[in-house]
Amino acid sequence: MSSIDIHAHSSDAHGHHDEHEHHEQSFIQKYVFSEDHKVIAKQFLISGLFWALIGGSLSAIFRLQLGFPNANIEWLKPLLGEWIQNGKLDPEFYLALVTMHGTIMVFFVLTAGLSGTFSNFLIPLQIGARDMASGFLNMLSYWFFFLSSCLMFISLFIETGPASGGWVIYPPLSALPQAMPGSGLGMTLWLSSMAIFIVSSLLGSINYISTVINMRTKGMTFSRLPLTIWSFFLTAIIGVLSFPVLLSAALLLIFDRSFGTSFYLSEIYVAGQALHNVGGSPILFQHLFWFLGHPEVYIVLLPALGITSEIISTNSRKPIFGYKAMIFSMLGITFLSFIVWAHHMFVTGMNPFLGSVFMLLTLIIAVPSAVKAFNYITTLWKGNLVFTPAMLFSIGLVSFFISGGVTGIILGNAALDIQLHDTYFVVAHFHLVMGSASFFGFLAGVYHWFPKMFGRMMDEKLGYIHFWFSFIGIYLVFFPMHYIGIAGFPRRYYSFTSYEAFSTFGDLNSFISIAAFFALGAQLIFGFNFFYSIFKGRKASENPWRSNTLEWTTPVLPGHGNWPGEIPQVYRWPYDYSKPGASEDFIPQHIPYAATPESNLPFESDNA
Amino acid sequence: MNSFLIGLSVLLVLVILFLIFRVQTLISVMKGTYQKRVSFSNNVNAFLFPITFVLGMALLVWYSAEAKKFYLPESASLHGVKTDNLFWITIYVISFAFLVTHVLMFYFTVKYKYDENRKATFYPDNHKLEFAWTIVPAIVLTVLIFFGYTYWSQITSPAPKDAVVIEVMGKQFAWQVRYPGKDGVIGKYNFKLIDATNEFGMDFTDKNNFDDFVPREIHIPKGSPVLLKIRARDVLHSVFLPHFRVKMDAVPGMPTQFWFTPKYSTADMKEITGNPDFKYELACTEICGRGHYAMRYILVVDEPEDYQKWLATQEPWLKVNPDYISKVPERLRSLIPFELAPAKTETPADSTAKPVAVPTDSLSKVQASL
Repeated sequence: MSSIDIHAHSSDAHGHHDEHEHHEQSFIQKYVFSEDHKVIAKQFLISGLFWALIGGSLSAIFRLQLGFPNANIEWLKPLLGEWIQNGKLDPEFYLALVTMHGTIMVFFVLTAGLSGTFSNFLIPLQIGARDMASGFLNMLSYWFFFLSSCLMFISLFIETGPASGGWVIYPPLSALPQAMPGSGLGMTLWLSSMAIFIVSSLLGSINYISTVINMRTKGMTFSRLPLTIWSFFLTAIIGVLSFPVLLSAALLLIFDRSFGTSFYLSEIYVAGQALHNVGGSPILFQHLFWFLGHPEVYIVLLPALGITSEIISTNSRKPIFGYKAMIFSMLGITFLSFIVWAHHMFVTGMNPFLGSVFMLLTLIIAVPSAVKAFNYITTLWKGNLVFTPAMLFSIGLVSFFISGGVTGIILGNAALDIQLHDTYFVVAHFHLVMGSASFFGFLAGVYHWFPKMFGRMMDEKLGYIHFWFSFIGIYLVFFPMHYIGIAGFPRRYYSFTSYEAFSTFGDLNSFISIAAFFALGAQLIFGFNFFYSIFKGRKASENPWRSNTLEWTTPVLPGHGNWPGEIPQVYRWPYDYSKPGASEDFIPQHIPYAATPESNLPFESDNA
Repeated sequence: MNSFLIGLSVLLVLVILFLIFRVQTLISVMKGTYQKRVSFSNNVNAFLFPITFVLGMALLVWYSAEAKKFYLPESASLHGVKTDNLFWITIYVISFAFLVTHVLMFYFTVKYKYDENRKATFYPDNHKLEFAWTIVPAIVLTVLIFFGYTYWSQITSPAPKDAVVIEVMGKQFAWQVRYPGKDGVIGKYNFKLIDATNEFGMDFTDKNNFDDFVPREIHIPKGSPVLLKIRARDVLHSVFLPHFRVKMDAVPGMPTQFWFTPKYSTADMKEITGNPDFKYELACTEICGRGHYAMRYILVVDEPEDYQKWLATQEPWLKVNPDYISKVPERLRSLIPFELAPAKTETPADSTAKPVAVPTDSLSKVQASL
């Protein structure tokens, strides 16, 4: 019904739109405080890439320490200053590095960079809307994110160092500046930055949800939505329901830190002093944190899976296998993602019965995930596969999703988690299934929609090299971590030399570091390709991948309002690839059944 | 000068790479590669998937055999033997899933690579197939959950009554251990009574504290259940005994516990590992600050008779620190289970209490450097 409403005044919108053409926007309106979803998407994209560079560089520094604990790194002194003492990395700064690497990658790259870019860019273009429901809120969403980025960035440079208690910032460590210097000003900045980040995320999510519900073009029913939009829609719902809980957790922590409350603190004697706090519970924080923290995994993963569905289908020249099953799996994952959080807490002293319940729920979530993986593979079966760089990264994502996902079956089993909790096995698991898979989804999306963003093509050969270096490099980094984890090595250790049990595997750690430098270096190829192609890339055509979705019916570089004429109407689902009888191997969504009598299935007609 | 040369050569390499890239682009334009739907690269990419996979698998098989010797030896606790078995069974199950999916996927990339004379098969769904691969993983998972649940319930069940009880306390950055002494009861504590000597904050108005002792290493008897009562006094820590497959967080204000039964003595493990210096170690696995990586503590598993001998040599903490006898209320002094030395009046009891206020920053650094 709503879609009809929109269509009714979409001709009005068209009228407005022509006026816009004549009205010149100032530079600031157009590129800085822009309300155009495409510009905001590019702002998120560039910011995300910037943060990825920072987050990646931090990991290079701590991999240097882990791989070569005896090396003299005095040469980093111009960059790190006092954090290098006698040619060695300061142990507290090491913790700051892993903390900031996690925070940046999870929130600033894979949440803001991924959802921010592609939800903004694709939702209006793929559902057939002129822009987001509220362009103004959308602009605010980016600038709140920018402000939050500034605070987080500044915290890297302060004297006491950025937050260093791990990206999960468990109190009491994060609440007590006496316990570690990073819990002083660095933590204050972290909490302020995250509070603002959550505001940004909520503004964005509310906008995505209302746009998808209200602004679909005529004929774009929910059962004709591309899977990308389904994934962005569900991601936004998860975000709206879970991020406020993190905000409340952060606020209570701010109270404990600054106003003497005892939500998380009890019976503490630190730095030669007994504190007054009694009655609080550090476990409460963990429950609140993971109530966001686990859905957060799906906030970063679902958009990547949506992007992959679209790209694999397009480049297999075949409909995505099990469209409905894909939607139901995502719905299942969305629902279940809220009731599995405590599997991060099996050994925190939580009631063991709760552990049993969460073990059961956690392993249930493996079922819809498995269905998705099988559906991707079946989509390849009997396809006609075109290996664009985007397609390569999507296949890479499926591989990471499987190899990282299966180890979740071990970690989700409370009895097995006892030994593996907080070891490198966990590091390997989530870097593959969530980190690398989502990052590959992000890269796949950039390669695939670059022509629509910038009107030019990225270089394919460089894309291939980038893919193979990254794919192999990432496996060489994270696969060996399983071995180290099985051998019991704990996470967040500055060095392993003080333990006999962890004195092995020195060579393997050096190997991982070298592989990490290699994989990180390969990203420079992407950086070059990206910026070079913006200016000098080959000119793109309107629909270079011969794809079905609506964004490819816009001009090469869609202007303000996306379609110069009327918004196209939608007549079919987005996956009519290689339909028997059709002359081409794709039929875009805006082609009526009346125009394709030769390929229509018995039940397909425009009246249906 | 050196760094200038390095910079220059890096620049040169980059310029050469850029030129190769440009030449390659121009050749593609001349050849008209961009006009075609796919180029030769499509085949290269298609074949690289299985080639990478086969090489990767070869590496995996070779290294897995190699890495075995670095793994921890067989579990030294009874429950650990069971969970280890379940772990390896699960590894085989998921390896099978990994292999099947990847073999299919990378077979498809070659088999169905683009061919302009062929059309992809329009195959939007197959409910039987989808039903099958929903049900099969569900059944396999149910079996794994069943075993996991059974073991988890056994491991977390209440400790046997006759278990040896030991208190383990984490602090920045060391573990402290307290035994109940002859009465078998660990005395009460209060965090407000903690000082530089009385690290546990033992409350001497509780007579159960009089015989508690604080050793330098944990000793436990082989074959008897051991119950660890775990707490922390400043930030979160986590007790990790890798050889026993034991892990439990230490939480300030919320005591936790974990019980297990050691199967091999330290001497046994020396034989099993062939390492004459073998020691059981206790590690911290919850980030706790600067010294997180260096909270090593030694645990020794004795034969039961050796354990009894060791117990007999341990002196109550109160006996070692007679200054604190003044904290014992007069009415309870008669209950102190050892001979009281003549009272030393010249040293006031709390001369060691209340450390001088040191700026907190430097204090934690001093502790860390220990």
